[in-house]
Order: sequence, then structure tokens, then C-alpha cells
Amino acid sequence: MFARFLLSSLLIILPVSAMAGEIDVSGFVGLETRVFTQSPQHTDQESNPEVSAIFNPEFRYRNGDHQFSFIPFYRRDSRDEERSHFDVREAYWLYVDDDWEFLTGINKIFWGVAESRHLVDIINQTDTVEDLDGEDKLGQPMVSVTKYNDWGQVSIFALPGFRERTFPGSDGRFRGPLLVDTDNARYESGEKEKHVDFAARYSHYFGDWDVGLSHFYGTGREPRLVLNTAGTALEPHYDIINQTGTDIQYTMNAWLWKFEGIFREGQGEAFAAATGGFEYTFYQVFESAADIGVLTEYHYDGRHADAPATGFDSDIFIGARLAMNDIQDTEVLAGFSIDPDSDEVFYNLEAQRRIGNNYELELRARFFSGGDPGEASFPLEKDDYIQIRFARYF
Amino acid sequence: MKMLSLKPLSKGRNLQPNLESQKKDMPSSSKFELWKIKWRVLGTALVLGLVSLTLFSSVPAAAETPEEKGFAVAARSDRSDRGFNDSIVDMTMILHNAHGQETSRSLKTKTLEVPDESLGDKSVVVFESPADISGTALLSHARILDPDNQWLYLPALKRIKRISSVNKSGPFVGSEFAFEDFTALELGKYDYKYIKEEPCGDMTCDVLERTPKYEHSGYSKQLSWIDQSVYQVRKVEFYDRRGGLLKVLDLTDYREYDGGIWRTHKMHMENKQTGKSTDLIYSDYKFKTGMNNNDFEKGVLKRVR
Repeated sequence: MFARFLLSSLLIILPVSAMAGEIDVSGFVGLETRVFTQSPQHTDQESNPEVSAIFNPEFRYRNGDHQFSFIPFYRRDSRDEERSHFDVREAYWLYVDDDWEFLTGINKIFWGVAESRHLVDIINQTDTVEDLDGEDKLGQPMVSVTKYNDWGQVSIFALPGFRERTFPGSDGRFRGPLLVDTDNARYESGEKEKHVDFAARYSHYFGDWDVGLSHFYGTGREPRLVLNTAGTALEPHYDIINQTGTDIQYTMNAWLWKFEGIFREGQGEAFAAATGGFEYTFYQVFESAADIGVLTEYHYDGRHADAPATGFDSDIFIGARLAMNDIQDTEVLAGFSIDPDSDEVFYNLEAQRRIGNNYELELRARFFSGGDPGEASFPLEKDDYIQIRFARYF
Repeated sequence: MKMLSLKPLSKGRNLQPNLESQKKDMPSSSKFELWKIKWRVLGTALVLGLVSLTLFSSVPAAAETPEEKGFAVAARSDRSDRGFNDSIVDMTMILHNAHGQETSRSLKTKTLEVPDESLGDKSVVVFESPADISGTALLSHARILDPDNQWLYLPALKRIKRISSVNKSGPFVGSEFAFEDFTALELGKYDYKYIKEEPCGDMTCDVLERTPKYEHSGYSKQLSWIDQSVYQVRKVEFYDRRGGLLKVLDLTDYREYDGGIWRTHKMHMENKQTGKSTDLIYSDYKFKTGMNNNDFEKGVLKRVR
């Protein structure tokens, strides 16, 4: 299904590509290394540094009211063959007619306001092998219509072609003792990955309030991981769910107050989950050009044991963001999430800086501590790492 | 001057209903009296018109305070821009550090004129380079004394994020321009005071002092030089919160577009305290492209590049 969609998308893109000279080419190539500070937990995992190459070109073409986008993505990983993967992040045709938009093809859609968890965001499958933060997504085939009104923006999506979540292979880190057998995914729907999902969203702002309301019906992106009959691996089980979500931000002076909430049915007993918090920014601290923002978010998740496991059952995230506002756009985000019930802590540091005009250096460090065997992130206990990426943008 | 000519006209129009009611009450024989009244009314309108013309011209009027005159000069400059509807322009920003090294960025700005002076214009700034931030876009709905509404688009996440706009005095993408140097161009954002008249280049300029009325400004005051021929801002001096001279902005290479719209094509901002400077070069202005409010909604940021 996905391959067919990709092919038809390419058929749209290719004739356009023939009209050379008008196509806007951008994107990046990058080299990345991850150094793990501890020996691995599981026998197959390697302990030497992991090295990856990433190729992410972006092609865009605009002709009057028509826009085309094609963004392939490829990662080649030295260690984990599941992490080496190709994806089409975008391949769409967009037609804009005054206050209407029609889009066909593969695209990425982001919904939400929070920083440390993206609850409401549901259109795209998470590309787990890319990063643990849930912000890397697989391209989703879709047909969508958007209408702009005085009273807000309304979008409707038909989503044919389900994308399975990616999971690390036997050589990879960030996994438990049993691998996820992605070749044997189970679906609640008899149509399996061909089930057409639907979603709708309303978003608008009222003075200082930005409000979004959304609904999703179809195959949930989060699988339940169930032990196979032989007891040798975990099978991902994808259920049909209904999920209603809302995201609200109140912007007052230097304060951003944020809330995201969902209600989900279809994975065992229905449950609600929410994230709420704030971000406050001190501008031009110590008479410099730099800004420092402080962030706090609280996560609640009411899911039961029959729903997919989450590491966000009752966590507090506290962080700080430093923006130097210099020519190199130097930025640092540091924070930690703590689960008051288990004292489990997850530390996160992200920093980036432009070098010259076209290069970027990015540092990420993630540490885990105090894990309980019962907690979702326990398998990550020995996976503390420092990641450095050097990218050339064009 | 186009706007000013409306003033006496509208005054005459306001008097018209009174004239009509008098006409009804009057006996038909006194047509001559009616003519006399008509002439008197028109005469009054003419005088009022001349007075207001005087008020708004640069000739000093005895009854005018420096504040009124300052406002009048600023208003005339602001209104000289009326009727541009919308514009799209490419910009190159060149940042010079104190050691003479330079870096450049390119961006595109789309602006929608909001004719109501109690509301501000709408604008979208899209970055084209450096490559790592290409596609990043900033949407602003300017307001007069309340903080502007601003949304930032982050292309890597395809995320549209409402951001705080209180950071008026912070540097815009590492340049010597502050956010407020772009967003605080609305007439109602300042108190004005007329200072003096002096030559500027081969023209004569009115020099005004303007004091920000909005909160969180990094400036205690600004001095602005507005020429007396086409009413454009030629130079601005920015004074920091302690009253010291912080930055000097020179606006040059003005060109006239259809409808008498003038636009500078080079701005040079020099920081007098650090020695750093930023040039902003404008090219390829397009006006009346047919954009409307729908082109300035937060949802369009993801397809604006």
C-alpha cells in the first residue's frame, strides 16, 4: 500500500521535476555518532560507538496555486540494521484556492503545544529508531482538505496506508531483552494496514488564547507489545481507536501556559491523559542578548495495563532553554523528567550551533537513573549516551 | 497631501444637513438669503480647510504645541504610505561585527495593509538563508499598545508556535535591529514632540522626538528625521533606557512606486556602543499582489516558503 502510494506520488512529482531550473533544492547531509557510557545490558548489543550517515534532501516546486514537495530520507547506521532505513517524509501535491487547501500525497502534520510530550499529535507514526523524543515521524499518505474561515481553520484527513512503528534490531540499544518482531504485526482491523483512518481538526485563536480540537478514528499509532506464542519475541498489536484531543495555549506577556488532553477508546478500558505546564522567558538576561526560558510540564496518564505502556504515567518535566541570539543561533535546552512514584529520572541535554554559513553542530546527551524493573524505561537503564551530529545544509 | 485635501471637504459635507433643514423652514421669497447663508457656510468651510491645511503643513503655527506639530509631521509621513494594500519584498541582511567580518541572511517579507489606524498591519517574514533555518517564518498581527500577536513556524517539526511578543528590545536574528525596529512602525505607538528643522542631504528635514508608549521598549526615546518633500524617514537615532545614544539608522536609496508609495532600499543600522552594524538591502518590491487576510493566518505558515 505504502509502496503504491509512493509510486503514485512520484508519478506526480517526476513530470514536474523535468521542468528544471524552477525546483528549490535544500536539505542536509549529516554524520552522527553515539557514544554510550555503559556496557550494554543484552548480549547481542555492541558497546563500541555507533556511527550513522544521514541524507535528507528537500525538493520543492511552486507554480501559481500548485505546490509540490518531495523529501526522501535515508539513514545508514554502522550497527543496527533496523536503524538503517529509508523513508519518504513528504511527497505531495498541494492546491490552494483562496480559503481552501487540497493536499494529496505523503506529508507530516504536527498538532499540539507542549514540549516534553506530544499527546495530541497523532497523524504520523513515530520513527522510534531516529530518536527517543518522539519528534521524528514517518511520512503518512493522506488526502486532506482545509478551509479557512473567520471563525477558524478546519481540516479533514483521510489516511490510507498505515505505517508501522520502527523498533531497534538485535544490535541496537534502547530495547528490552526481547526484540519487537516488526514482520509479524497484528491488527484489530481485518483490513490490516489497508484500513483507511480519518481525522479532523479545528484550530483558531481568540486574543491571547490559541485553541485546537481534534478527533482521530482508525488504527492507533501506539502498538501493544504482546509476547508471541513461542515466547521468543514481542509482536506489535495495533488496535482501532477513537481519540479526541484538545490543545490550548494562553500567551500572556512572557508567559506561555500550555495544556494538552486526550480521551482514547479502543485499547482496553477507555482512558484520559493530559499534559499541562508553562514556559516563562527572561529576555536579555544580565544585559546580554541572550534569553533564558524556564519550562515545567506535568504529565498524567490514566491508561490501564491493557493499553500500550508509557513512560509518562505521572511525571514532572523541568527544563531551561538558553537562546544566545548570536549570529550562530546558539541554543541549549536542558531538562529532566522525574517520576515521583518510582524516583526514576531521565536527563536530557540538547545544544546546537551554526558553524560558518552552512554547517551545524548538534549535541545531545541523555541519561537514565533510578529505574525500577516495573517501569517502562527500565530497559534503557544502561543506555546513557552522548550524540554528536555534524551536518552540511544546502 | 491627498489625505489632507479630504479634510475641508468633509467639513463642508457635515454642514450640508443643517443647510437643508434651514432651507425647508424658509419662505420661498428669501432665496437671496439662502444664497448668502450658502456662501457664508462655504466660506467657513474654506477657512476651516485652510486652517487645517496650515495645521498639517510644516509652517509653524502660533497656536500649535511642539507635541501637536510632532504628531502632525509623523502622521503625514505615516499616511503618505496609505493605499499600498499589500507588498512582497526580498531582503538581504548583512551583519558586520566589530572586526569587519560579515555574515549574510536572506529573507522575504509579505505585508498586508490594515487601513484602520487603531489596528496594525499584518506581516510574514520567511527566512531563505542560512540554509539550516530556511523555511522558518514569523507571522505578526501588529496591535497599537497591546502586545502584537506572533506565531513562529519551525519547519523541521512542521510546528506552528504562538510566541510571546514582549521581547521588543531583543536582537532580530543576531542583527543590530531589535524586534521593535520592525514591528513598532505604527503611528499610535509613540508620543511625539517637534524639535527643529535642519538640512539633511540635499533636502530639509523635520526632526521629531518620539517616545514609545508601548511596554517593554528598549529605548527611552528616538530622534527621527523626516524630509519635507516626500515625507519619508531618513534617519533615526535610538537612545537606550539610560538615555545614552545606542544606535543610528540611516535610510537611503528611496524609490517611488505606483501611487506615490516611497520605499527605502538600504537601511544601515550602526550600534554606537559596540561598533557592530547591520545593512538591510531591499530588492524586487511588488505591490497590490492581491493578498488578503487569509494569507496572514497562522495555518498558512507551513506553505508560505
